[in-house]
Amino acid sequence: MSAYYPTMGLEVHAELLTNSKVFCTCSAEFGGAPNSRCCPVCSGLPGTLPVLNRRAVEYIIKAGYVMNCDISRFTKWDRKNYFYPDLPKAYQISQMPRPVCLAGTVNINVNGEEKAIRINRIHLEEDAGKLIHDDVNRISLADYNRCGIPLIEIVTEPDFHSADEVIAFMEKIRLLLQYAGICDCKMEQGSIRCDVNISIAPKGSSELGTRTEMKNLNSLKAIAKAIEIEIERQEEILDNGEKVIQQTRRFNEALGETTAMRSKEDAQDYRYFPDPDIPPIIFTEEELEAIRLSIPELPEQRVERYVRDYSINKKDADIIVGDKRICDFFDEAISEYDNPKAVANYVIGELMRRINLGEADMDNLKFGGREFAQLVEYMQTDKVSQANAKTILREMIENGGTPKDIADRSDLWIKEDSDLLAKTVDEIIANNPKAAEQYRGGDQKVFGFFMGQANKALKGAASPKAIQEYIRKKLSE
Amino acid sequence: MDITRAKIRELRKALDEKQISAEELCGEYFKKIKADDTKLLSYITVTEDKAKEMAAAAQKLIDEGKSSALTGIPLAIKDNICVEGVRTTCSSKMLENFVPPYNATVIEKLNADGYVLLGKTSMDEFAMGGSNQTSAFAKTKNPYDTERVPGGSSGGSAAAVSASLAPAALGSDTGGSIRQPSAFCGVTGIKPTYGRVSRYGLVAFASSLDQIGPICSDARDCAVMLNAICGQDAHDATSARADVPDFTAKLGQPVKGMKIAMPKEFFSDDIDNDVKSAVEKAAKSLEAQGAELVECSIPGLKYAIPAYYLIACAEAASNLSRFDGIKYGFRGEGRTFEELIRDSRSKGFGEEVKRRILLGNYALSSGYFDAYYKKALALKQEIIKEYNEVFELADVILTPTAPTPAYKIGAQDNDPVKMYMADICTVTVNIATLPGISTTCGYTADGLPIGMSIIGKRFDEQTILQCADAFEQGFEPVAPKL
Repeated sequence: MSAYYPTMGLEVHAELLTNSKVFCTCSAEFGGAPNSRCCPVCSGLPGTLPVLNRRAVEYIIKAGYVMNCDISRFTKWDRKNYFYPDLPKAYQISQMPRPVCLAGTVNINVNGEEKAIRINRIHLEEDAGKLIHDDVNRISLADYNRCGIPLIEIVTEPDFHSADEVIAFMEKIRLLLQYAGICDCKMEQGSIRCDVNISIAPKGSSELGTRTEMKNLNSLKAIAKAIEIEIERQEEILDNGEKVIQQTRRFNEALGETTAMRSKEDAQDYRYFPDPDIPPIIFTEEELEAIRLSIPELPEQRVERYVRDYSINKKDADIIVGDKRICDFFDEAISEYDNPKAVANYVIGELMRRINLGEADMDNLKFGGREFAQLVEYMQTDKVSQANAKTILREMIENGGTPKDIADRSDLWIKEDSDLLAKTVDEIIANNPKAAEQYRGGDQKVFGFFMGQANKALKGAASPKAIQEYIRKKLSE
Repeated sequence: MDITRAKIRELRKALDEKQISAEELCGEYFKKIKADDTKLLSYITVTEDKAKEMAAAAQKLIDEGKSSALTGIPLAIKDNICVEGVRTTCSSKMLENFVPPYNATVIEKLNADGYVLLGKTSMDEFAMGGSNQTSAFAKTKNPYDTERVPGGSSGGSAAAVSASLAPAALGSDTGGSIRQPSAFCGVTGIKPTYGRVSRYGLVAFASSLDQIGPICSDARDCAVMLNAICGQDAHDATSARADVPDFTAKLGQPVKGMKIAMPKEFFSDDIDNDVKSAVEKAAKSLEAQGAELVECSIPGLKYAIPAYYLIACAEAASNLSRFDGIKYGFRGEGRTFEELIRDSRSKGFGEEVKRRILLGNYALSSGYFDAYYKKALALKQEIIKEYNEVFELADVILTPTAPTPAYKIGAQDNDPVKMYMADICTVTVNIATLPGISTTCGYTADGLPIGMSIIGKRFDEQTILQCADAFEQGFEPVAPKL
């Protein structure tokens, strides 16, 4: 048991899903050939001026609402001045004293316990470009495609005391931002990034220790690992009677260690001042209300709807809502086939199983919720056997297509052909006289043997119910 | 008559009546530039080939009867306004070979009218200075006395118009950079209300103060130019939504009953007697036309210079940060980013630019921000308030444009503070975002022009044009002899 108590706060950067950049009309999409998505404005040519994308402002206000923040009625932009080759203007347009959102809360659930994390502020700023270092030729190249993509920075209060809480928060805001259509939250593409401020103090101490800031955390796994080893590092320092130095540290995932980037002494003076090119904005109550009302259904509301309206249990509802792509898929499916419980069971039991096995991928699914729903309906109405449904789903995953076409093509329908059923079952009973005797003698267990044989022979051409009834009837004769 | 001495409206008539073609007209100016600009150095880049193409296109419009006010009119453009495909240097080594891939909004507007580009005019480096002597390429001379400065920072534009090397030019004004060189070179220049003209494509010096405006031979031509370049622009969020009137509408209307305020601080002992008496004489002439002279006070003037230089340098320090040698412009040497950026900026910028960057960064740095920058913003509010009070009593304000006429080249080289103080008459107009026009009101015994400024209410360029024009109608200007 450690003698220290860790305290953490987060700075989360999320790229907004606007079509265009925050101060020009270039595409804000991820990727593209280097420097193919930039213009005189975002590449900082002399004489160009930024013009604020009002859609980005709308998005940050939505972010503020979903995190229960106060939305400032008056907001303005500042310049953060520093030189770096990925920052073409040598200043980042950001917000210092007057951010759009202040003082919010986000509730998280860790091991069954609810906890409120306080949000200090959320502000809107522009992203910088990317440098590509070519060590072979000893040159660095700049790609400005990412320059000017709108970012929100979410700053929390130091309310976290374990990596689990941090992970739960990141997962929670990921869902909130995704459902509100604010950010796609793809950590691997850098559309959401997280810096962790971390300090430890002796248990029972009312004062916080000296903090370090951890950067370059590219996955939830990396966040958890970095927190773990940074706490260990700080504990060791304090155990040795030394002092933690306030500094920024970079996490090296490959080496599993953190290294110092810069200390407080060489911290830059960003010389913030109001950007004279961008007039402040004053929001009216009507504008804010219209934005608030445009926020789509959020994760908690969806869970509630599933439990209340569809009688799906809370656990299953949480699973479905836990991935927006699956949740949207599910909503599409039940608009096709109004049997939410059956659809939910098949989504969780079959589709997600295959996703977890790596057979299917929600980002590249070759069919929609509509087709999936048709398949569930065929099963529920005894048109396709469960075994054949799995075959059909596999084909849909691999090659797409509708369940009807696949069943037609591969002859996978239940035919309710009583002659075929009778002939097949009669043959099985005739070939297994001993087992038939056992059943008649009261050994119910062998019934399963007959079902299995019949299923195998019929290949889904008859419904399990029909097979069952016929075997029972035949064995009772 | 020498056609290069004609006004824009006279050139319009000559072109439309086919007395001269657009090609011939710009040819006359190029002849003159070749003959005289070696003495003045008002142009950094002369665009003769481009001008011929533009003139041919303009002539086609004229022949089709589709000409508008500036079709076929040759113009000079200050070298901090981006023209696509034409080198735009800001008179700095930093941008010696910079060719913008886009047009400033004002250039788009002039193109739509079918203007003809004569070339890009010299200026103080990055518009920082009042003498044109901080130019890295062409230290422009005053056409009235080539041993004297033409003023600045739009000194090239003012000298070119003064010497008839262009009928009109665009300049930019951050603290007097249109008005003061206009005064020194005996021409008329107007700084419009902040927001009147789009700043898109104007290489920024101080974003909250910069404004593009015309320099012409009189107020009437200024009105014609303003009609062409004003208006809200989607590329400049600080451009104003205000309606754009016809700026020629009030020209020629009598000034009878117009209230003209003369704040006493602008007529202190710091102002040359020659200048004071010329401006006072001009006031009397307007009074004789029926205007009413009003005494008033702008006590905040004593804070104007520090407030102005703090705001302007702070913004400039940030605006000029983008010149780092990474993407375009001058690149120095270095093994690391830091070394490369440091070397590029150390060698690419001139002394005055570096001085202002240092001043600005000092004012913005933590621990000094409240004491300097914030205080300067408070002074800005105070100055705005004082102007508002004066405008409750008067329609326009009349002041000298500069404390002295054009001074000798080198006279202020070693005294930056003295040089900054010379902006005293003009900077408050930028701080208060007001429109101001400078026109010639007299000459010294040596024949140097003296300028006076008429300052108007926000978005009331019409009245200051009317007032300047009323004076000009009774004033006989003396052209420089080269």
